[in-house]
Amino acid sequence: MHRDIFVDDRVAARAATAPEADALVSMRAIQKSYDGRSLIVANLDLDIRRGEFLTLLGPSGSGKTTCLMMLAGFETPTSGEIRLAGKIINRLPPHKRDIGMVFQNYALFPHMTVLENMRFPLTVRKLPRAGIDAKVKRALDMVQLAGFEHRYPQQLSGGQQQRVALARALVFDPQLVLMDEPLGALDKQLREHMQLEIKHIHQSLGATFVFVTHDQSEALTMSDRIAVFDRGVIQQIDTPANLYENPANAFVASFIGENNALAGTVLGRDGELSSVRLSTGACVLARTGDAGGAGQPAIVSIRPERVRLARDATPLAWRVPARVTEQIYLGDHIRLRMTVADCDNFTMKTPISKLDRCPCAGEQIELELAPEHLLALAPNPAP
Amino acid sequence: MTAANPTLDALRDDGGVPLRTRLRRAERSRKLRYAALILPLALFVLVVFVWPIASLLARSVDNPELRDNLPLTLAALERWPDEGLPDAAVFDTFARELEAARGSPAIAAIARRLNREHTGLRSLVMKTARKLPLADGADARAELPAIDAQWGETETWRTIRRAGSPLTAFYLLSAVDLTTDASGDIVSLPDGEAIYLDVLVRTLVMSLVVTALCLLLGFPLAYLMATLPVRQSNLLMILVLLPFWTSVLVRVAAWIVLLQNGGLVNQALMALGLTDAPVQLLFNSIGVYVAMTHILLPFVVLPLYSVMKGISPAYMRAAVSLGCPPWRSFWKVYFPQTLPGIGAGALLVFIMSMGYYITPALLGGPQEQMISYFIAFYTNQTINWGMAAALSAVLLAATLVLYMFYSRYFGPTRTGQLQPR
Ligand SMILES: Nc1ncnc2c1ncn2[C@@H]1O[C@H](COP(=O)(O)OP(=O)(O)OP(=O)(O)O)[C@@H](O)[C@H]1O
Ligand SMILES: [Mg+2]
Repeated sequence: MHRDIFVDDRVAARAATAPEADALVSMRAIQKSYDGRSLIVANLDLDIRRGEFLTLLGPSGSGKTTCLMMLAGFETPTSGEIRLAGKIINRLPPHKRDIGMVFQNYALFPHMTVLENMRFPLTVRKLPRAGIDAKVKRALDMVQLAGFEHRYPQQLSGGQQQRVALARALVFDPQLVLMDEPLGALDKQLREHMQLEIKHIHQSLGATFVFVTHDQSEALTMSDRIAVFDRGVIQQIDTPANLYENPANAFVASFIGENNALAGTVLGRDGELSSVRLSTGACVLARTGDAGGAGQPAIVSIRPERVRLARDATPLAWRVPARVTEQIYLGDHIRLRMTVADCDNFTMKTPISKLDRCPCAGEQIELELAPEHLLALAPNPAP
Repeated sequence: MTAANPTLDALRDDGGVPLRTRLRRAERSRKLRYAALILPLALFVLVVFVWPIASLLARSVDNPELRDNLPLTLAALERWPDEGLPDAAVFDTFARELEAARGSPAIAAIARRLNREHTGLRSLVMKTARKLPLADGADARAELPAIDAQWGETETWRTIRRAGSPLTAFYLLSAVDLTTDASGDIVSLPDGEAIYLDVLVRTLVMSLVVTALCLLLGFPLAYLMATLPVRQSNLLMILVLLPFWTSVLVRVAAWIVLLQNGGLVNQALMALGLTDAPVQLLFNSIGVYVAMTHILLPFVVLPLYSVMKGISPAYMRAAVSLGCPPWRSFWKVYFPQTLPGIGAGALLVFIMSMGYYITPALLGGPQEQMISYFIAFYTNQTINWGMAAALSAVLLAATLVLYMFYSRYFGPTRTGQLQPR
């Protein structure tokens, strides 16, 4: 019975990825294999909405670049179809696609000045000279690089090269802009600065951006929506908040943000909530994610900042015993590492102001795990 | 000075030595160490490179024959005002020195040297030497013109004086088909005697053709090697390097076998019905071009390959993604980045072919002999060091001019883009 509901949920989730009215790009049933033996991208359905900032996020080798290359036209899908603004573009060569692209190492032409680099896409399109100069000037102003026109790329800092690459990909007003880890080579501070800058440029231009990264904080900062990839399959595509609060499965839960996972077995299900027996025998209530029915193994997942110390008012069913192993003071907050059930790397993160008394290492305490913050998920299939 | 500068004062150690002095001391020992490290190399370069070239160049202007064999005559001629005939002392000294040289190689050297200034002087010298010594107490000033009237001409003595100068431009001028006439002006050699400019032009043209062929064949090859998967590109690399592992002579001999009238190439051409009779492929320019291109190909492929290997495929992709069709992207984005490789490879091949000797000598006819053939001819057969050195100097000069041209148009400042235009 419960199982059926679960299956219906999945069907509903599928229906949500059926063609959307405002989709600029729609990829349907895309498969890609390089060697004819393994699928790098398996059955991908992806709609990119007009004007959105979509991030492809996933671990290394999960097929993000492959996916982007198929969009740009440098790889052809083994099967499936890609539509751009309604037209199938599977066989359209990349130079006719009108898609801007920013490469990881910028790929600024070293034998051309910034100005020549910027003019390149426009002269190729045979625009009149005056129009070219106006567009180049606007694009360079946008990335705050006016005055650098006559430098060669080697004479620019990494961040400046990055901006030129971005401006070059935008200068010919493409309907779609692809970026493959464009910030990977920058240091942390510059990367954070550029994240915001790119986001603001996106907002002011209204073009559609597809951004690839394996840095989740980057994805959360910049995106309207994030598609989480693993092993060539989109695990979930959603807004940053939804991904974080309602991960669709154990992979997404562990990949995005910090996450505590307790292994257990589903005892039963009551509407929104499932009850799960942990390995120690203790029972917890959790919102039902993609966990199976009674008797199925499950993982109970909770974010460290949602874990609280039990208070007098805490209901008995929410209480779980724990033993503190380590206390880490971080100024604005404190992290407690503890052993809970079978998990000896269970973390709790709490602002110091919310803590009356800080438990020390070795102390036996009780935690409050509220069902609304617990999510019962099916364990990751073995890779 | 230091007193006015409190920071410098503060920078004294306990012994009161100023910082600058200490720094200089530290630097000095470091510099000495570096100097000691490069000393062996510097000596090596000096001994096997600078010194031989310098002495070679010196040979091209050296003028030893009369200076060594008629020193007293030349000294006596110093006082002659270049008008009329020299005085009796000059004639006497000359007759004595000529007599002393008689019967030794010295007389041949004198005759050869003078003949080079003015044709006909060889027989005059030899004839006069045979008639020496003069009778005791005879007046050489009267006797010599009696042996041959030329001794009574001012021009003959001018020639001796000119040929006796310590340095001569004769060889260098000859190497570019020039000479000095009797009055000392530089004039072109008459058509029949001028050959070296033709040879120089031929050398340049042949080197240019070989360079162009090497580039045409080498560019696609290097491109393939840089873009193919490792396994195939390694195979290609071995094929390119294979010729390096066999001697040039063996390769030339192999080409003779292939290109001769009954050889594989001609047999194939006839079997295909492209020709009825064998085509002459050897001892003309075809054979020389084929073999030289084959031998020099690696020198253009290797630099090109290393440059192309460093060009990220992302550039082409970027160009294409910006809307440029693939061929045009190649031309506008990829090709310009290979220019340093093209320049280096072309320069290498060109300079090597300028000095090529063995292949044209074995595979070419008389019309394909390059300048090095004549250098070898003068060193090995006629032992005319002056001429060999002068031709080498011309070759060196041509090479240097070329190198300057190269560094102007392909050098680091042009392609490194470190300076804004
Ligand atoms: N040209 C290719 N030929 C063969 N296999 C390839 C090729 N390109 C990628 N792959 C394989 O496809 C898989 C996915 O690669 P892809 O570059 O799409 O990963 P990614 O998600 O971009 O990873 P990363 O975050 O490391 O960039 C990898 O296992 C990779 O080895
Ligand atoms: Mg990638």
